Amino acid sequence: MARALINVPAKAKRGDIIEIKTLISHEMETGFRPDNTGKLLPRDIITDFVCKYNGQEIFRAELYPAISANPFFTFTTVATESGTISFEWSGDNGFSATESAKITVE
Amino acid sequence: MMTSNDDKPYATRRRFLIDAAALAGGVSLALTTVPASATPESMRGAIRKVLGEASAKKGKVKIDLPPLIENGNAVALTVSAESPMTAADHVKAIHVFTEKNPQPNVVSIHLGPRAGRASVSTRIRLADSQKVVAIVQMSDGSFWSDELEVIVTLAACLEGV
Repeated sequence: MARALINVPAKAKRGDIIEIKTLISHEMETGFRPDNTGKLLPRDIITDFVCKYNGQEIFRAELYPAISANPFFTFTTVATESGTISFEWSGDNGFSATESAKITVE
Repeated sequence: MMTSNDDKPYATRRRFLIDAAALAGGVSLALTTVPASATPESMRGAIRKVLGEASAKKGKVKIDLPPLIENGNAVALTVSAESPMTAADHVKAIHVFTEKNPQPNVVSIHLGPRAGRASVSTRIRLADSQKVVAIVQMSDGSFWSDELEVIVTLAACLEGV
């Protein structure tokens, strides 16, 4: 499975806006690059990224080949309750990866 | 008989020169107009798909990109929009497009009031010095846009392995 790095604060005050950073290792082959025989390499990218806070979707992105290798996203959310923030990536050739983080809200 | 034979080379030479001039003109015309307009056209098409019948007004959105990019393979991009991000008034989606990448779409992001702030960062590829456009859709259905010209010295996407 692809290596994913996520950064979610472990603790937050209720109502605070917290910053979430995610990074996943992936080639993001565009499908526009020729190999050394001149043939185009087939596209192999992550196409979707979803972030859920206790099961409710808070952030979703559709990715295109113009996203750099090892897709990185920074976004924010309001800390509403303690629980789990989960991340899911899916893409070409059946690619799928998940990751999650716990957050305590006081 | 002699005169018509003498005439012929002149006629063909003249013909050749005219043809050559026309060809050169045609080629230079093609070089100047086609690459400059072909992909902005497809970008407009992609933007039209997002907007539907609506039109985007300038403002409320800000694209943050370095103006001079050394390496187009990983360019830090931040798009932020002015919005209170309440249930009644928030940013629903952020779309980013480019003019001269092989494909106009870069990323489409869907947000909600739970985001707290409408600001998203990622890293993108840029194939050429070009215009980058961001379109934001608000919860009331209005669209806002911002665009930025950037200079790229090392292009992404097209080089071989």
